[in-house]
Amino acid sequence: MKKLLIGNEAVAWGLYNGGLSVISSYPGTPSTEITEFLAKHDDIHTEWAPNEKVACETAFGASLAGVRSACAMKHVGLNVAADPLFTLSYTGVTGGMVICVADDPAMHSSQNEQDSRHYAIAAKVPMLEPADSAEAYEFAKSAFELSEQYDTPVILRMCTRIAHSQCVVDIGEREGTPRKEYVKQPAKYIMMPGYAKVRHPLVEQRTENLRAMAENCAYNRIEDRGSEIGIITSGCSYLYVKEVFGDSVSILKIGMPNPLPEKKIREFAAKVKKLYIIEELDPVIENHVRSLGIACTGKTLFSAIGEFSQQTIREAFRKEGVDFGESPEKQGEAPKVPGRPPMMCAGCPHRGMFYTLAKNHITVLGDIGCYTLGAVAPLNALDSTLCMGASVSGIHGFNLGMNGEAEKKTVAVIGDSTFMHSGMTGLVNIAYNATNSTVIILDNSITGMTGHQQNPTTGYNIKGDPAAKVDLEALCKALGIRRVRVVDPYNLKECEAAVKEELAAEEPSVIISRRPCVLLKYVKAKTPLKVDAEKCRACKRCMGLGCPAISMKNGKARIDTTLCVGCGVCEQLCPFGAIGEV
Amino acid sequence: MEKTTSIMIVGVGGQGSLLASKLLGNLLTDEGYDVKVSEVHGMSQRGGSVVTYVRYGEKVYSPIVTEGECDYIISFEKLEAARYASCLRKGGRIIVNTQQIDPMPVITGSAEYPENVLEELKNQGFQIDDFDALAPAMEAGSAKAVNIVLMGHFAAHTSIPKEKWMAALEKTVPAKFLEMNKKAFCLGYGE
Repeated sequence: MKKLLIGNEAVAWGLYNGGLSVISSYPGTPSTEITEFLAKHDDIHTEWAPNEKVACETAFGASLAGVRSACAMKHVGLNVAADPLFTLSYTGVTGGMVICVADDPAMHSSQNEQDSRHYAIAAKVPMLEPADSAEAYEFAKSAFELSEQYDTPVILRMCTRIAHSQCVVDIGEREGTPRKEYVKQPAKYIMMPGYAKVRHPLVEQRTENLRAMAENCAYNRIEDRGSEIGIITSGCSYLYVKEVFGDSVSILKIGMPNPLPEKKIREFAAKVKKLYIIEELDPVIENHVRSLGIACTGKTLFSAIGEFSQQTIREAFRKEGVDFGESPEKQGEAPKVPGRPPMMCAGCPHRGMFYTLAKNHITVLGDIGCYTLGAVAPLNALDSTLCMGASVSGIHGFNLGMNGEAEKKTVAVIGDSTFMHSGMTGLVNIAYNATNSTVIILDNSITGMTGHQQNPTTGYNIKGDPAAKVDLEALCKALGIRRVRVVDPYNLKECEAAVKEELAAEEPSVIISRRPCVLLKYVKAKTPLKVDAEKCRACKRCMGLGCPAISMKNGKARIDTTLCVGCGVCEQLCPFGAIGEV
Repeated sequence: MEKTTSIMIVGVGGQGSLLASKLLGNLLTDEGYDVKVSEVHGMSQRGGSVVTYVRYGEKVYSPIVTEGECDYIISFEKLEAARYASCLRKGGRIIVNTQQIDPMPVITGSAEYPENVLEELKNQGFQIDDFDALAPAMEAGSAKAVNIVLMGHFAAHTSIPKEKWMAALEKTVPAKFLEMNKKAFCLGYGE
């Protein structure tokens, strides 16, 4: 069956046809769709775990039980799952295990641009890196065999461009793999010092065995065109090189960035007069090539920052004086136009709470999710965003660092899913180590930014079936917070009263700002509001909300009725009663 | 080798560019072309500027389109057509919905919406096919059908017969919205 697939759907098909039984993941752009596509199959188990560490350890358990398993996450998710990863390298697997990780060069939807290849090197596990959907399918499928053959988890590295680009993939049939019999193996699976000391040399030997395999495997391939220059490249950079040079230059295409071959690189380098290394982000291949004593040009010509494109390749080789045929000729220059940054949707339930915080000049430690958009103008409500859960842990440290002076004017904001992911432990710390911190859980009843995934607070599982639902109020109380209250963020008075009272309280507190995401299908829009131009005095108070439905036209506020969902927050702000249902 | 054709579908997050690129991808695959499509997911979808690339030909490598490479820019909004204009190749064409959606810097008053931006581009020699796609979309039954009106308008520029487009539409759009989308497509096509 031939189908046009995004890279993530291709990975899903590869894992499925490769005999996957269990996948546990945490959503994160650009990795989310891998698990969403797999959830369409009823003969395997798919789930959203509370975080990537839980997901990775669930996949470990399934592998231990003897079935093929996987977990998927974005690059920063692998930081969370790094703890099991490093020791999984020692234990190895029973059923094949694949860790899918998606990097985000150019940070389309991320807080950093880290290069996951360093994890494969540091944890000493093999990594595969496809260049398009067709390879993503093949690599994902074969990763299970690689995993079982070499007794190791395998990391499959994607990046945004490959994860979200489509090409035609030939999808084969699912190969059922029977569960291996469970045998208790203490020396393999109990990683206490006595046993781990025996496992480590096996890990080193495994790397040597894998490197020997890397010399001749189909993942790394030489396209010898007899050219003077030679290019070693991997992932989508390969596609850009091919776009510019076609079949006119010799290429060593790396599909397995760890461990890298030695002989194959020497063989390739010997064929060409000048060697270039083209890889996005860090000089991983380049450093390896240099360690072999081979001269090459890499990061001095191709930046460690952002994504590449065929234009990047053309511009670099033009500087080098290398001929690559014609360059495209553009019609003209684009005029300078205002930017269009992403923003909170009209009717977003986060807006009312952020307006309240900004109005009262509260210091706000933020977290990861749609609500990071509270940082942009005109609300400018955030002071920090670091990583999942850092708002809750961070406010505790901030209040300690400020020696109590900031407690009455500082809050942490965190979403429901992010709180489940890694906010809970921070809240325990607030209660246990006693700072008078105020945490606001922005509960929009869904994992929003990644495209509406269920989580333990929503009451539904990945398939939309009813599931155990975490009671956030009871949970916060059980963690040691006595003051827990719920507010409706569409009600500005209620928000302000809650924020002021909880900041004034002489003990830690949690405010749950609860209203479902306005984009959820079951949330019905109310009648759009209108501005009575007669009553509007152009005070622009409503404009302070940063609602995309409100603008100033001909000196009066105007509401775009195709965008307005009638949340009524602007109506509460208008001192002249000019906004309402007309 | 036959030259690769490059298309960019640009607009504002939430305007339905993913469905438009899906339609194109299905059509071109059925036509036997090698096809690459590159989408945008995640944060930039939240009302931000979004761009989808579609490339087809005998053999396509890169999934993205860079400066001077684009044959057609299909824009859901005026400002977005201008933003990506430098990607248009010499002699390429911009098909643009004349709808205006103010970005946040304009809403907050820190920037002005360049009202005559399409005229400026025309004066510079850009071939621009501008029309109101919102009214036909409303006529078909929903403001959300702007994407399909635009695709219908674009289809009239291609050599692929209309029946093939309609077949791809049936394959791409959920059954309950098919009639509305067919009407939207035909209105865009000019019938």
